[in-house]
Amino acid sequence: MDFPILAVLAATLTIATPLVFGGLGALLGERTGVLNLGIEGTLYAGAFVGFLVASRTDSLAIATLAAVVAGALAGALMALLTVTLGVNQHVAGIGTTLLLVAACDFTNRLLFGGGERTVTVKFDRLFSGGGILAQYPMTFVAFLLLAPAVWWVLRSTGAGLRLTAVGENPEAADTAGISVARTRWTALVVGGALMALGGSFLTLSVLGTFTLDIVSGRGWICIALVIFGRWKVWPVVLGALLFGFFDALQLQLAITSAFGSVPNELLIALPYLVVIAALAIRGRGVRYPGSYLTPYRRA
Amino acid sequence: MRFVLRSREPRWLAPASVGVAVLLTLLLTAGPIRMAGSAPVAAFERYVVTPLTTPNGLAEVLLAATPLLFTGLAVAIAFRVGYYNIGAEGQFLAGAMATTAVALSLPDLPTVAALPVGLVAGALGGVAWAFLPAFLRRRAGIDEVVTTLLLNPVAVLLLQGLLNGPWRNPETGFPDSERFGSGYELPSLFGTRVHAGLLLGLVLVAVIAVVLLATPLGVRLRAAGQSPSAAEFSGVPVGLLQWRSALVSGALAGLGGASQVMGVQHQLTGSLAAGYGYTGVVVATLGGLSALGVLAVALLLGDVQVGAQNASIRLQLPSQMGGVLTSVLLLTVVAALSVRHYRLVRRTPRSAEPLRAGGG
Repeated sequence: MDFPILAVLAATLTIATPLVFGGLGALLGERTGVLNLGIEGTLYAGAFVGFLVASRTDSLAIATLAAVVAGALAGALMALLTVTLGVNQHVAGIGTTLLLVAACDFTNRLLFGGGERTVTVKFDRLFSGGGILAQYPMTFVAFLLLAPAVWWVLRSTGAGLRLTAVGENPEAADTAGISVARTRWTALVVGGALMALGGSFLTLSVLGTFTLDIVSGRGWICIALVIFGRWKVWPVVLGALLFGFFDALQLQLAITSAFGSVPNELLIALPYLVVIAALAIRGRGVRYPGSYLTPYRRA
Repeated sequence: MRFVLRSREPRWLAPASVGVAVLLTLLLTAGPIRMAGSAPVAAFERYVVTPLTTPNGLAEVLLAATPLLFTGLAVAIAFRVGYYNIGAEGQFLAGAMATTAVALSLPDLPTVAALPVGLVAGALGGVAWAFLPAFLRRRAGIDEVVTTLLLNPVAVLLLQGLLNGPWRNPETGFPDSERFGSGYELPSLFGTRVHAGLLLGLVLVAVIAVVLLATPLGVRLRAAGQSPSAAEFSGVPVGLLQWRSALVSGALAGLGGASQVMGVQHQLTGSLAAGYGYTGVVVATLGGLSALGVLAVALLLGDVQVGAQNASIRLQLPSQMGGVLTSVLLLTVVAALSVRHYRLVRRTPRSAEPLRAGGG
């Protein structure tokens, strides 16, 4: 039996899409020195708010916009806690994730509890029948628009340079007249919006509905990808593709008879273990942004 | 307006900050409660007061607090030395799975042997799950936050895989394990559902409190967490302490999993993946990373958890509100405690502020 390599590659791109959004969103925050562990909850909130608004308005545009707004608010919460108030970033991030997940579950229970599962409008694949290119619009946005744009902004614009300056040496940036707080706030708000867009991809493009396990650790994967990619745009995208490939591979193996006896769940766990292995190999001696995890106050 | 570091902090400030945070939590959650069609005051009474008014309610609170004691202690011990173990969730489940493996393979063990074997298996399961991130941190300097986090979904998947595969109940066909042999049942206390796992947790609280407060080891652990470079300079082996704390942390979380399956469920079910480990982060943080603080907060969150179940039955208020309340409380408290170090001053022109470096 020949291996359906094209199908696996097509699935790789689809699976990698939310990770590109989430990974680049996390990268923006971390380049300014703020680790956003609220990412898992922000992906979840993006998925849920997109689904909720789509089910109420039947408009994919409004639903996507709502997800973006929710993500920006989540980023703002994280910024308020870590940048303005100087709370420990690990605690603030886990707290934000717990809050967003609990708030979405509460609302989900209130509005969609009991009764059958609600299915909403969803994006269609472009170029259907086009093999590997039969993808949802957001996949093209992620790889052809977002990744080059973030790369270009970080590399060649004043905003990008300010971002990196604040992350590497906030004292020097402050002395040079760059507002550390404003830069970090902007990065976290924009990053949160990107994360939520990635989350909304899961409901508005892939599933057309919302499930409680829809994110299941993808946020943590994104955080790992940023370290794996050493805070650079294209390596993060490459890492997302790598995870996507292993995830697509396990999906394919699960329907291949030779692996019928292997429990499905162990195959699903495979890509997570691959990421840990990749970190163990490539994560040695990485150089973190200079002000990583450190709040900034003028002396 | 800008924040300036306080030079002196009055004694009443920390408790007052917590008080403000609690008020803020009530204000912030009143909106969603009203949205769900309940009166906020009645709901808060259900959450906090009602469970404590009946003996049965009190027992349920103690029962709900038991797993949180273990995961709270696990997180506190690790965070205290600056090892950010956010994998208590996975370690808790790994402990439960290890206990189940022993209980299913040696079902007829008598109580005297079964209880210690089951608990030790749980602790070792937790250690095994904590080992890889701790090892990678110690040997290769790889950030433990990401690796401990990533192993949580893996533990959930392993749990589901075992329950859908080899451990599926042969009689009912449901994805639950068979019931354990009667030797593995932790004795119940006061004739209620509360079990000896609570006693074990209380003993651990006492031991850890003494170690942290009254031994040289406690001082070294605190030094390692608060200022690693200064501690290293004065001869404290920070890396070694973090490595050991990481494994102890895994053992505590694993014990919690063992206590839960041996004390409450008497079998392994998918419902065990209910976020006890993540809640452990809340318990440890709100408890100020101290053992007695963990005890107090575990009881409070147990109270809210029972109240949330109660409110969902009596007021039709979805029980997820309990999670919202807990996480809002966490964020407002850490925010308030952080803000108390600063005071707000009106921005003044630079020239009129020659002593800015003094900060207050």
